[in-house]
Amino acid sequence: MQSIDNKFTKSLFVFHAACSPCNNCDIEILDCIAPKYDIERLGMQLVGSPRHADVLLVTGAVNKKVVHRIKMIYEQTAKPCVVVAVGSCACSEIIFRESYNTCGPLDKIIPVDIYIPGCPPRPEAIIAGLAKYIKSRKNAG
Amino acid sequence: MTDKNKNFIPIGPYHPLQEEPEYFRLHVEGEIVKSVDIELGYIHRGTEKISENKHFDQGVFLVERICGICSTSHPLAFVNAVENLARIEIPDRAKLIRCVVGEMERIHSHLLWLGLAGHFIGYNTVWMWSWKYREYILEVFEKVTGNRQHYAMMKIGGVRRDIANDDIPWIETNIDEIEKGLELFLKAITEDPVIHARTKGVGVLTKEDIKDYCAVGPVARASGIDMDVRKDTPYAAYGMVDWKVCTCDSGDIYGKAVVRILELFESLKIIRQCLGHMRNTGGPLDVNVKEIPEGEGIGRHEAPRGECFHYVRSDKTNRPVRHKIRAPSFVNVATNQKAVVGSHISDALLVLAAVDPCYCCTERVIVVNKKGKLMKGPDLIKLSQEKTDRIRKKGL
Ligand code: SF4
Repeated sequence: MQSIDNKFTKSLFVFHAACSPCNNCDIEILDCIAPKYDIERLGMQLVGSPRHADVLLVTGAVNKKVVHRIKMIYEQTAKPCVVVAVGSCACSEIIFRESYNTCGPLDKIIPVDIYIPGCPPRPEAIIAGLAKYIKSRKNAG
Repeated sequence: MTDKNKNFIPIGPYHPLQEEPEYFRLHVEGEIVKSVDIELGYIHRGTEKISENKHFDQGVFLVERICGICSTSHPLAFVNAVENLARIEIPDRAKLIRCVVGEMERIHSHLLWLGLAGHFIGYNTVWMWSWKYREYILEVFEKVTGNRQHYAMMKIGGVRRDIANDDIPWIETNIDEIEKGLELFLKAITEDPVIHARTKGVGVLTKEDIKDYCAVGPVARASGIDMDVRKDTPYAAYGMVDWKVCTCDSGDIYGKAVVRILELFESLKIIRQCLGHMRNTGGPLDVNVKEIPEGEGIGRHEAPRGECFHYVRSDKTNRPVRHKIRAPSFVNVATNQKAVVGSHISDALLVLAAVDPCYCCTERVIVVNKKGKLMKGPDLIKLSQEKTDRIRKKGL
């Protein structure tokens, strides 16, 4: 039987969850759908509910108040779901590592498939990250 | 709820229209909003506390990461505070560069708001157009500072990088491009009947409301109060250039949009003049700061959303003992409690977004009403006078 992962090689529906970011990563994600980069022409679309999402773009150093909410969002997504840690905050927490209110990088909380470091990563980097993922799926399938 | 006629509508924390996680609870009767509860804390990362463990140069890096949209405002206010503390005077070229970067940030931030406001009223064309023009400014940022966001230009005692004189003509071309876009927006907003219908007379804040809530920035200016830190206490190069504070009397969302767009034209004016001055102003970019003395300093900057305030206390070590941040949204968000009352549910999100809230900036810990006593204005003045007396007695 073909793996369901192969289905991820075409149009990806993306849900964007901001977990205590500084907003920049989020703006760059929105920039991806703005005219200059326009990922919608590649079939990727931002959706309003995690239940419709194939991909979860998570930004920010998760703090104590959002930690169980991001777990909840992850549970609500249809599996398999690709989790992308966008930005250095989500990947490693950078300077907020020492904070009393953050709960560790994202991969301690939910399983992460792709890391896109950068503070903030450029829209090209975000697109390249997703494109690489699609490519690896294609090769695997 | 027990009262059958009263219902509430939760918005958030993860709502498709919101970029940041925050939670609003609208109490409604029928279609009309009666009151709103705002719950924050989803983005609190303890910046002030981290800052106490970082030396002053790292502090600039840290405060930049408070908020991505005002990522020059916080560093600028912070370096102003430290320079105020250490009595540092920065070179002229550094002042001009600070102004240019600060104003470019205002352009990018206001265009971003304009786009999101368009998105909120279901007018995605506005969103796409304004974000398209925003890219021009991001290109300039990338060329000048090396990054699209988080510019890392500020440094205690000056700026980190120069803007090469050879780049100035290219920057000016990009700015002309943005001006064309702005004229289009101004026309679109002042002439489009749909935008009028959705924004005029919605979310009105009167002058008195502004004073009650101590609102700042474009929110105050849209209600006819001409407060602007850049004009009131000029810092950096704002005293060297010619520009005016834009105000509007209506106090509604339309007024806020118009004020922001008019401000953009002023920003372009400031940038052009600064670039002109830079052609003739050479010299160093920073002064050598050896040590930060003991004492207190405050720094203010007119961020895109209003006055951004930083307070720093130092005990002669290389890190602050106390670093207090007050971002403009902190006061502006509270005005929502007034503005949203009486509007339709469909307008509520737009009203909530009209102050251009930035929750990353806002989320500092404060302890209010610690002993069960509510502090009023006169009490605070009394406290302040007592403190002044104490300091006088100590002979500081
Ligand atoms: S990685 Fe950088 S840009 Fe992204 S949320 Fe963190 S501090 Fe902001």
